[in-house]
Amino acid sequence: MKILVGVKRVVDPNVRVRVKADGSGVDLANVKMAMNPFDEIALEEALRLREAGHADEVVAVSVGDSASTDTLRSALAMGADRAILVKAEGRTEPLAVAKILMAVAMREGIGLAILGKQAIDDDANQTGQMLSALLGWPIATFASKVVAEGETLLVTREIDAGRETLRLALPAVVTADLRLNQPRYASLPNIMKAKKKPIDELTAAALAIDTSPRLTVLKVSDPPPRQPGIRVSSVAELVAKLREAGAL
Amino acid sequence: MTTLLLADHDGRALADATARALTPAQAIGDPVDILVAGNDCAAVASEAARLEGVRQVLLADGPALAHALAEPLTALLVGLAPGYTALVAAATGTGKTVMPRVAALLDVAQISEVTAVIDATTFARPIYAGNAIETVRSGDATRVLTVRAASFPPAIHGGGDAAVVSIPVPETSARSQFVSAELSRSDRPDLTAAPIVISGGRAFGSAEAFRKYLEPIAAKLNAAIGASRAAVDAGYAPNELQVGQTGKIVAPDLYIAVGISGAIQHLAGMKGSRIIVAINKDPEAPIFAVADFGLVGDLDLILPELEHAL
Repeated sequence: MKILVGVKRVVDPNVRVRVKADGSGVDLANVKMAMNPFDEIALEEALRLREAGHADEVVAVSVGDSASTDTLRSALAMGADRAILVKAEGRTEPLAVAKILMAVAMREGIGLAILGKQAIDDDANQTGQMLSALLGWPIATFASKVVAEGETLLVTREIDAGRETLRLALPAVVTADLRLNQPRYASLPNIMKAKKKPIDELTAAALAIDTSPRLTVLKVSDPPPRQPGIRVSSVAELVAKLREAGAL
Repeated sequence: MTTLLLADHDGRALADATARALTPAQAIGDPVDILVAGNDCAAVASEAARLEGVRQVLLADGPALAHALAEPLTALLVGLAPGYTALVAAATGTGKTVMPRVAALLDVAQISEVTAVIDATTFARPIYAGNAIETVRSGDATRVLTVRAASFPPAIHGGGDAAVVSIPVPETSARSQFVSAELSRSDRPDLTAAPIVISGGRAFGSAEAFRKYLEPIAAKLNAAIGASRAAVDAGYAPNELQVGQTGKIVAPDLYIAVGISGAIQHLAGMKGSRIIVAINKDPEAPIFAVADFGLVGDLDLILPELEHAL
């Protein structure tokens, strides 16, 4: 079985982004970028399934401009066998990315797609779900445990009231939550080896997919600021302040 | 021009998130129908019909819709979509799983975690863990949204008397099956609906300490208990208590953060709270930057004293 993993280049999770003064977006100039943390978890799970003999190949796919090659190199260094960059200009919405991943999954004969549950830039949490719908495959979102059993996957998901386990018939889509695994670090020899691994390039146009956005971004603004608070020196003072504020 | 709101429920009661999601659904400006889908959930439909300002409640009741599995629920919504100009759900686990699937099959964008409805096609939503707010306009014929329940007041219960209309459950060959669930049993109020939330972080050091110090205070305040990602990862609290960018989003009247440093991912889940209290032994902890009242000190000394003072 071949596993497809979607990897997105995003702002490093430790960076606090700034909104541009003209309200056109956030300032990404000279900001440290990284693989979306949930995609690292998705990739790690795919590698573990391969290492356990449930898959023969892990293919990392990224949609974006040529800078996403760095993210694919990181995926190869972690252990992906191959990588595909699908070049698309401008803002790509989850629907367009899902259509691209669908096209790649069909070309490649993919048996399982694992994606991060959300990207930490647009916080959309949509692409895996859209991919599953377009392919007509079952989905388990927010996975915290994946067990391969024959032609099915048993997936434990983090849900609002606790956890639940679903059985999916393959082919299927899984989206990774935080506690699915702890992604490995790429070792130096693997980083060196990754430089020789192939990265194929496609374009959205060549796949006959229209990536033009459906949404117009009218503005991007700062969130409403909070009033500065005060330090209290004792529990008694805290309780008194809370009573004064009508919070207790 | 009609809006359809997908209800969240546990088979017995309507989720608070749905009463809240009705507020932005109505703000779109068109009549709102509520869809209650599940197995043996007629009581939920009756409850939804009593929410103020609902045109009608559609009840799809059958075994295929048990456990809110993504495939049958998607098929149901896609089948209903031609009658609606907007499809809305609270951004709960179910809403976040199903609505993007519906949008994809309708070939329209989905707009996630809407925090403000500007007009029928224009919506605001947080991006980058709430460090920026994006205002978007949809050019699609059907708008598919999830809305952040914590950002809206609930619609009034008991004000309405909408008709409940039974609709057929579509035939689907679902390739996913429910196997089992481990649901939390807690006497505490629901984290996303409670007026007071007290959350703990890694500083507690153990699951025992987490319970020992937080539970008595939560009981006295009738508060829900929350946790930082670090506390959940360390096993001090179960996953469903996680507050943050990728956990639950809460906006209670009072949020008390104890032993939580205040990573941006945590702040994203609670900075809409009316009053924030931070208790932390590190005076430089970033949580103090968003706190209305900050108290520096050791939690094992402060919390028993706080319990006593309440």
